[in-house]
Amino acid sequence: MLFFSFFKTLVNHEVTVELKNDISIRGTLKSVDQYLNIKLDDISVVEEVKYPHLSSVKNVFIRGSVVRYVHLPAAAVDTPLLEDATRREASQASAKAKQG
Amino acid sequence: MEQLGLHDAGQRPSSGMQQQMPPAPAPVPQLPPQMFTTAAQLLDLTDKKLMVSLRDGRKLIGVLRSWDQFGNLVLQDTVERLFVQNLYADIERGLFLVRGENVLLLGEIDLDKDDYVPEPYEPASVERVFALKKAEDQERSKTEKKRHKKLAAYGFEGEHAGEAIL
Repeated sequence: MLFFSFFKTLVNHEVTVELKNDISIRGTLKSVDQYLNIKLDDISVVEEVKYPHLSSVKNVFIRGSVVRYVHLPAAAVDTPLLEDATRREASQASAKAKQG
Repeated sequence: MEQLGLHDAGQRPSSGMQQQMPPAPAPVPQLPPQMFTTAAQLLDLTDKKLMVSLRDGRKLIGVLRSWDQFGNLVLQDTVERLFVQNLYADIERGLFLVRGENVLLLGEIDLDKDDYVPEPYEPASVERVFALKKAEDQERSKTEKKRHKKLAAYGFEGEHAGEAIL
């Protein structure tokens, strides 16, 4: 659930989502769910002429399973915090593994 | 349903113990978890005119009537829009139940820009566009197969094995 929480902190930031079919969509991250489905508002497609079906679309719901990359604004990412959270999650996971 | 604004905080523990405790760090403002479900995301797309892009490259335009947590969708009054070269055409299809795994994305159509298709694309007859599309798809699947064979020789496995998703 770490990345779900991480994406929640990026709500209302501009991100670019690159799909597995090479479309890149830029927009404001509006919400994300546990599957990392992503909702973007005020979208613009990087190569609009190649993907005419998106030109009358204002906001999109992208299924998490088709996302290849999410380009993030570097300023919005607190790297040390993310590192700490990763360590915490890893230690929790190993503690659980020992118990079970 | 509970009315939730974007600035509502998530649930905070309320206990009488707080006086004795050392001052906790200022809580990071968080959206309530109810905002982050598939249901919450699809709820405000219900009964809207959507462009649904499928894994096999189809573009469906219809009204979203129902859905579930897997992204299975029911679309009403659907048309399929074919794009080929600089032409496009619409085919009336009717009612769809789309299995969620085949969905790439849903786009809400801006009703101010409804049916806007950018510059080089022109409407054409269904027959013409359909024939051109068929030829183009065959050509693509041929080159895709070749590419795959070559990559497989080097031990690479395609991301979407052989399927041309557009």
